[in-house]
Amino acid sequence: MKLIIATIKPFKLEEVREALTEAGVRGMMVTEIKGFGSQSGHTEIYRGAEYAVNFVPKVKIEIVVPEAAVDQIVETITKTAQTGKIGDGKIFVLNVDQAVRVRTGETNEDAL
Amino acid sequence: MTNFKTLATAAALLTMPSLAFAQDAAPGFDEIGPYIMTTLLFCMAGFLVFFMAAGFAMLEGGLVRSKNVTMQMTKNIALFSIAAIMYWLVGFNTMYPGDFNGFFAIGGQTVLDAVGVAAADAALDYASVGSDFFFQLVFVAATASIVSGAVAERIKLWPFLIFVVVLTGFMYPISGSWQWGGGWLSEAGFSDFAGSTVVHSVGGWAALAGVIVLGPRLGKYSKDGKIHPMPGSNLALATLGTFILWLGWFGFNGGSQLAMGTVGDVSDVSRIFANTNMAAAAGAVTALILTQVVYKKPDLTMVLNGALAGLVSITAEPLAPTLFGALWIGAVGGIIVVFTVPLLDKFKIDDVVGAIPVHLFAGIWGTIAVIFYNSDANLMTQLTGIVAYGVFTFVASLIVWFILKAVMGIRVSEEDEINGLDVSELGMEAYPEFAKG
Repeated sequence: MKLIIATIKPFKLEEVREALTEAGVRGMMVTEIKGFGSQSGHTEIYRGAEYAVNFVPKVKIEIVVPEAAVDQIVETITKTAQTGKIGDGKIFVLNVDQAVRVRTGETNEDAL
Repeated sequence: MTNFKTLATAAALLTMPSLAFAQDAAPGFDEIGPYIMTTLLFCMAGFLVFFMAAGFAMLEGGLVRSKNVTMQMTKNIALFSIAAIMYWLVGFNTMYPGDFNGFFAIGGQTVLDAVGVAAADAALDYASVGSDFFFQLVFVAATASIVSGAVAERIKLWPFLIFVVVLTGFMYPISGSWQWGGGWLSEAGFSDFAGSTVVHSVGGWAALAGVIVLGPRLGKYSKDGKIHPMPGSNLALATLGTFILWLGWFGFNGGSQLAMGTVGDVSDVSRIFANTNMAAAAGAVTALILTQVVYKKPDLTMVLNGALAGLVSITAEPLAPTLFGALWIGAVGGIIVVFTVPLLDKFKIDDVVGAIPVHLFAGIWGTIAVIFYNSDANLMTQLTGIVAYGVFTFVASLIVWFILKAVMGIRVSEEDEINGLDVSELGMEAYPEFAKG
């Protein structure tokens, strides 16, 4: 099992959710986050004074999938969340040791 | 049944006046009508200006950060209440001392008309004492509110309130007596209809002195000269506050006609409403367009300030200008705001809500603008008044702020300021269920 962590532009969330559902993903965790990458924030003007917004709002999606599905899911997210402009986000893939469905006690891939 | 009775009584009264007059010499409507109408004007206008206290509270509550909102609300309700008491105790009769040397006379407590006062004992050429007192006291509260916004987010509660005591009981009434109490500036021909200078600039000068003695908020200006804006917590409240102030201003300027007993007077009151509204609209539109052009995006907080600057600009002469006159006078107020808000930042003068550009700078402009439509006013006398009010209020305020600073300190500690005044000074948050941002 793998954990896919994807940070994307907030306005892309709905599109990504739809694409992932179509690709067979049956659950995900979503968090509103702030952060910076190569975009390095941006500037705003308030009452005539320019100021830097160092942390840009992003949405973090976390999905645990069977190893076989990883490539397809990562590709789906990349394709859907892409605008080609700076700040599109990043995807990380990590190993997962164990998974348990609380209701039934099923474990690992059965629990996904 | 009730209606029938009322009609019958009215019919009886209609046939009575000449008879009644002959019997007990009760004054006819020609004599008491103006008194009744003007008293009514003061009451209605007073309610509107009273509501400006809510406008200031919402504007300031929206433009400070969420960690200082409870403090801002506490200051606003406390300052209004203190002003009401001080104005009764000494302010009203200091401002309207009757015959005096034209510069300075400390008055006693305000005494109302007797219950059910007889026409013969009432000021038939003016209005009831109660209505006059109430109408004047809501003005002084507005002056104190101006200071409250500028010094927000770092001042201690009690020193601020002590300043309000001095401002509303003494400083504002003494300088007010020079003009509205029939003092030396009024004799000299200074013209300030509803108080661009007497009310707004005075508040602005007191605020400027406070902000200078207090210093800017922590982190507002960094050592390398950069400005770090601290965006307000709730622009919906700030917008509501601006609309409430705009509404209140109809009472502020309209009531300052000080008479509603003739066709001319009541028409003038409505003329003032129309001009006041136009100036506010022009100030807002000007700020909207200017911020779009200069900063590439409209800045709502500047548009709100622009509307208020338009209102302050027309306050010194809301009657004489045409609607076009009100438009361009208000528009200049909007220009002043858009360019002086960043200017204050250049001098590291940290005015949280833009009170100084709106009330002081636009107030000075409005006082000068009187000369364009009021042929009785001249530039030199207007400038004399502006300087006199400026010097007196600024110097007196500086002295009071410095004394307060020396005796009890006026600023919270660094840690308290960062934690927010709501928690550190009051132990009560405005939005306790929100996560810390």
